[in-house]
Amino acid sequence: MAQPDIASTVEDRPDLTIDATHPPRPGRWIGAGLTAFALFWLGWTIAVNPNLHWDVVVDYQFYPVILEGLWVTIQLTVISMVVGVALGITAALMQLSESRVMRFAAAAYLWFFRGTPLLVQLIFWFNIALIFTELSIGVPFGGPKLATWETNAIVTGFVAALLGLSINEGAYMSEIVRAGLQSVDPGQREAAQSLGMSRVQVMRRVVLPQAMRVIIPPTGNQFISMLKTTSLVSVIAGADLLTVTQRLYLENFEVIALLIVASIWYLVMTTLASIGQHFVEKHYGRGYGTSVPLRSRITRNLTIDRRKS
Amino acid sequence: MTSSMVRALGVRKSFGDLEVLRGIDLDVAPGQVVCVVGPSGSGKSTFLRCLNHLETLQAGRIWVDGDLVGYEERNGQLHVLPEKRLRAQRAKIGMVFQRFHLFPHKTALDNVMEGPSAVRGMSGADARELAGDLLDRVGMSDRSHHYPAQLSGGQQQRVAIARALAMSPKVMLFDEPTSALDPELVGEVLGVMKDLAADGMTMVVVTHEMGFAREVGHDFVFMDDGVVVERGTPADVLGAPQHERTAAFLSKVL
Repeated sequence: MAQPDIASTVEDRPDLTIDATHPPRPGRWIGAGLTAFALFWLGWTIAVNPNLHWDVVVDYQFYPVILEGLWVTIQLTVISMVVGVALGITAALMQLSESRVMRFAAAAYLWFFRGTPLLVQLIFWFNIALIFTELSIGVPFGGPKLATWETNAIVTGFVAALLGLSINEGAYMSEIVRAGLQSVDPGQREAAQSLGMSRVQVMRRVVLPQAMRVIIPPTGNQFISMLKTTSLVSVIAGADLLTVTQRLYLENFEVIALLIVASIWYLVMTTLASIGQHFVEKHYGRGYGTSVPLRSRITRNLTIDRRKS
Repeated sequence: MTSSMVRALGVRKSFGDLEVLRGIDLDVAPGQVVCVVGPSGSGKSTFLRCLNHLETLQAGRIWVDGDLVGYEERNGQLHVLPEKRLRAQRAKIGMVFQRFHLFPHKTALDNVMEGPSAVRGMSGADARELAGDLLDRVGMSDRSHHYPAQLSGGQQQRVAIARALAMSPKVMLFDEPTSALDPELVGEVLGVMKDLAADGMTMVVVTHEMGFAREVGHDFVFMDDGVVVERGTPADVLGAPQHERTAAFLSKVL
């Protein structure tokens, strides 16, 4: 084709629009074909497999005992995350403190709770009565006691689960919060200080809102991980979703069907949490013009794995 | 100690083994514009940051508006000022940074409102009105609801000047306010600074803009290697530098 006149535009030269064909891509077609076949085959074997007992799945999906376990899982997740975030912020501020004692305490906390398996910590908290047989309020080092309780009466499976999950979570959150605080340009602090803001104002009005942008995404991932990590408390009779599921299948032997029931609930919770995360991040992304599309957010979160346990 | 708006005596500052300021004196009368010029690494920005106590001194004294900055003297003993009083001092000293440092999560209007509402305890409506007036003064009222990322460098710096002015400062410090700007945006910022000088604001300006220094500055200070090498009126120093180092530097930038 001869080079067109330089003044011509797409409007008056429709032949200049690009509508090109592509050379054949057999590799892509074969790959797509094999994948589609594999997916279909997998779906078909699951659908027709008599051992899966889909009717049992349907029966138990909203079974009261399952729903109670689901509720315990949600409580464990939310409370552990709230306490974990509070501990994490405290430990992060201690890590960034100018006091050597504070920094040491924070470092020791992180070292211990990130360096031992969560499963071990959970069993440890469940058996805490073996070390401290009773808990009391009073003067330390053998002074008078105002009130005393049996440890076993207070540290139930649920409480042990909360202790284990939240203290462990605090150690991980501490690193996330610290990274967030350190990501804020030091100039921001100086600009706020030069306006005459107090330390607390600088932190609350200037540094934290910007740190949140960095803190929120991994915290959302931690929350989603926590929904699944709570299943570990089944080893200490935590009464969570997996615990009640196991109890049921030990009675009726519908192992697979009931695990599917539990898995469906875990998927529902993680998906809902991902949607929530999307909107929280959008809020804290103001002024930056970055946002991850909702759909890829959901699939991405479900695949992210946790480093611990 | 009165009659000067800013007075610095024998200011010394080291970072580790590196002595950045080696005894700086400065006197700025109310309404005066002092331009501080010098090669990079000469300590001029550090000196400016000492004036509002963003950096602590190793030796020397600084007074702003008659108050000793960062310390108080009782019975011949120097005490670090409690945070509350240091904040009151800083609130009187406006600072404009090379890299603007606007709060990125707030709109232009919210940036300017931040000081009055957080520090001066002004009501939302009053702070909004004040911020609106100041944005108008720097020619940014049509961009008041934009976030910093949506503004050009020159526009951000004008908003940053308005933010500092919102505290009704007695003195304004400018730390290379146009050095991070594209050349065509320098003029709009210098224009705002000229207006400010014309309104009688006391200003200490660290800059490489010799045209601005010549036109607006009352005093010209040339710093090198942590000391003041030469000072005088801009016309004198720029026209006939007395020191070799001044002459060598000016021959490169003029």
